[in-house]
Amino acid sequence: MSNCHISTTINGDAIEFLCEPQETLLDVLRDRLGLTGAKEGCASGDCGACSVTLDGRLVCACLVLGAEAEGRRIETIEGMADGEVLHPLQSKFLEHAALQCGVCIPGILVAAKALLEQNLDPSETEVRYWLAGNLCRCTGYDKIIRAVLDCAAELRESSS
Amino acid sequence: MTIAKGLTYSERELKQIGKRPLRPDGVDKVTGRARYGADLSAPGMLIAKVLRSPHPHARIHAIDTTKAEALAGVKAVITRDDFPDVGSGERIPSEGDEDLRYTAHNVMARDKALYEGHTVAAVAAISAAIANKALGLIEVDYEPLPHVTDVDEAMKPDAPVLHDDMFTSGVEPTPDTPSNVAQRVEVSLGDTAEGFSEADIVIERDFTTEAVHQGYIEPQACLATVSGDGSAELWCCTQGHFSARNSCAKILDMEMSKLRVTASEIGGGFGGKTQVFIEPLALALSRKAGRPVKLVMSREDVFKGTGPTASTSMSVKVGVTKDGRITAAEAVLKYQGGAFPSAPTGAASMTAFACYDIAHVLVVGYVVVTNRPKAAAYRAPGAPMAAFAVESVMDEIAGRVGMDPINFRLKNAPIEGSQAAYGPKFGAIGYVETLEAAKAHEHYQVPLKPGQGRGVASGYWFNWDGETCVTLNIQDDGTAAVAVGTPDIGGSRASMCQMVAEELGIDYSKVQATVVDTNALGFNDVTGGSRVTFACGMAAIQAARNVIEDLCARAAGVWGISPDAVVWEDGAARPSGDNAGKFDPMPLTEIAKLAAKTGGPIAGHAEFTAKGAGVSFSTQIVDVEVDRETGKTTILRYTVIQDAGKAIHPSYVEGQYQGGAAQGIGWALNEEYVYGEDGKLQNAGFLDYRMPVASDLPMIDTVIVEVPNPNHPYGVRGVGETSIIPPMGAIANALAAATGLRMNSLPMSPPKLLKALDEAAPDQAAE
Repeated sequence: MSNCHISTTINGDAIEFLCEPQETLLDVLRDRLGLTGAKEGCASGDCGACSVTLDGRLVCACLVLGAEAEGRRIETIEGMADGEVLHPLQSKFLEHAALQCGVCIPGILVAAKALLEQNLDPSETEVRYWLAGNLCRCTGYDKIIRAVLDCAAELRESSS
Repeated sequence: MTIAKGLTYSERELKQIGKRPLRPDGVDKVTGRARYGADLSAPGMLIAKVLRSPHPHARIHAIDTTKAEALAGVKAVITRDDFPDVGSGERIPSEGDEDLRYTAHNVMARDKALYEGHTVAAVAAISAAIANKALGLIEVDYEPLPHVTDVDEAMKPDAPVLHDDMFTSGVEPTPDTPSNVAQRVEVSLGDTAEGFSEADIVIERDFTTEAVHQGYIEPQACLATVSGDGSAELWCCTQGHFSARNSCAKILDMEMSKLRVTASEIGGGFGGKTQVFIEPLALALSRKAGRPVKLVMSREDVFKGTGPTASTSMSVKVGVTKDGRITAAEAVLKYQGGAFPSAPTGAASMTAFACYDIAHVLVVGYVVVTNRPKAAAYRAPGAPMAAFAVESVMDEIAGRVGMDPINFRLKNAPIEGSQAAYGPKFGAIGYVETLEAAKAHEHYQVPLKPGQGRGVASGYWFNWDGETCVTLNIQDDGTAAVAVGTPDIGGSRASMCQMVAEELGIDYSKVQATVVDTNALGFNDVTGGSRVTFACGMAAIQAARNVIEDLCARAAGVWGISPDAVVWEDGAARPSGDNAGKFDPMPLTEIAKLAAKTGGPIAGHAEFTAKGAGVSFSTQIVDVEVDRETGKTTILRYTVIQDAGKAIHPSYVEGQYQGGAAQGIGWALNEEYVYGEDGKLQNAGFLDYRMPVASDLPMIDTVIVEVPNPNHPYGVRGVGETSIIPPMGAIANALAAATGLRMNSLPMSPPKLLKALDEAAPDQAAE
């Protein structure tokens, strides 16, 4: 089977790659482009560890084909910080000790960022339901939810 | 070897301990840079896939790999023929030693496939697609055999027998027919017949629990490279790379020093990554192909081919006097741990009644094998199931004598000097303190609404110490690098840096901790048993004290005075005593700069088998509400109160409490391995194996009780495991308060609870 030639934008960079038609975006990111920040926890869209955004929409990269990236704009965890300056969510996760093993954290940060981009004043319940597609087995979610709520509050303050 | 002398608890002013600094590995973990098991690749790397038995029990007559080997792009195929015979009796260290033969035969099936998912062959090819295609070309001649997956069924005389050479140990005389009961264990104290005769009320209840999985988000993954000269490198996500090294070397007949194992960042373990599953396969494939081999498990394979914990069938009998004094307690604990004798029955039997000071105790436990995946450790292995049963009965019997459940526990609580049924007399313990804190907690006072219920339960765990080896290097610029051999799962590098900084009297930011490979340090036991902050911390402290002794000697040399006349205070050597003379303090940075002129590199080491792990107790409070239409239980509020001895980094201690409680909530309400009549797992995925998600849980409040462990310089006890023990009992007790129903079977899932509600009040359910 011949490979697909795909032109796309990843974290602001124009990227071209070849992939097999059945290859997932997650496999392309991890195995062809060296962007291993997105993790495969299930390959069935249940754990959210591979969360990325596709034209601003939160998706599981394991449920998207690499070929579907053609002409689209992809954002991954690797594009979240501005050089050495962490995104406020990243700083808040560290400050709140919201990670233990950390393997779910790239997906949770990408998902939380997508939430705050559309709702800077979410309730605790809204954060919990928004992140219900992201499994974390270490933390019991407590410190994760607190970090997101604290970040939202701080961003609201600085934008007012 | 360095003896850990003088490393006992003493009260002192602490500057770094108890603070909440940012973890040293944090930035890499929030930016996606941290490298986990599946994140490493090598030039010329092959991809491996594993063929697993579709049958729960089958004799393997022959395996024909000819067609698979002939497929273009396939570089190696391995079967049982590629593994040497492993003799019985050799033990390998994990969280509890086990017979190497069982590990080896679990890694690759020999004469029989013993469970659905048991490895039968593996392929390495130039792509995943080719490797998968090759799996389909392997012809296995199976003779399916009768199977058994239920613990009670497996113990029956006519049950299909898994191992022809398994004769129950722990009974006299040893049976002369093989069975699925590998071992009988007994814990006893006093005479329970006498104890029950003193009781006014005796309650006996039966319980069952289903197998659950640790549910780490990162599937097992590794990258193996074996060179032509027999030297090898292995990169893998593991809770113990030293024990993985020993296991792989023995299973594959390799020399330990030629097999260098590096622990990747690890995406959760909870005990499940204390054994090897795929690592020997990748090494064997690489040895055969002469190229690096990467092997990553799928989630389905993780459910079917790694190590969940046991399912159980239990009975518990307790007698009390009218005024609430427990006179006797008995339990029968039947645990199946899959196809090999891995059920954690021993720990279950020892911990079952440890939260109670009872004169007469008898626990009989059985280690049972069934046609299921071989069990691995899961957070306080064995204790949570027994605690579910015991705490349910204690709650019921407290109600029968009209006592508040916390007061009932206080009345029967062990204290320092109490005799535990399993052997030791307790030293300084903090159980009463957790109960008092629970009783005083605002959560315990706030009124409930109609239809809601509140439950309380407690739990006990030993915690572990074990073999530990640490090196501390002082660099020329005065910064410190501590090398440890215990993979960091939950922030232990931060704790190590805090302890070293505390001892050296330097800033936390000047210390770096690294998990180094197996050729860089002596043997370290696994990250497990809640042992790392205790044992590895103790070694780091010892290494720092050795460094300080050296630093003082070097300063003394510069000053031309006796080393005895130099003390270390606030990060500097200072002259001390009448004859020491007057010199300005010499800080670490200055001595480090002079290293080359004062004797060369400055380093401290500590290597010992740590002793004196501090046992811990947890008491938890939960409020629930039941939806009577669906049987769904909502957790309204949750509080964990637990003795940490001393919290080095309180945020990560809280995290352990919260995470354990969340796993316990999942175990209580939803998680279970579901087997069909065909002996196959029906829910090998996260959609059907339902772990708690963020919207299932409330905030989880924590109270850190600190009753120092006398055997650690700062008083540290383990904190990782005890928190998972009480939740199932606490939730069952809360459900009983809310509904009047005693749920005696886990999980207390919506269908089961709905059925129980319907049976209890058919009229109400019909409305």
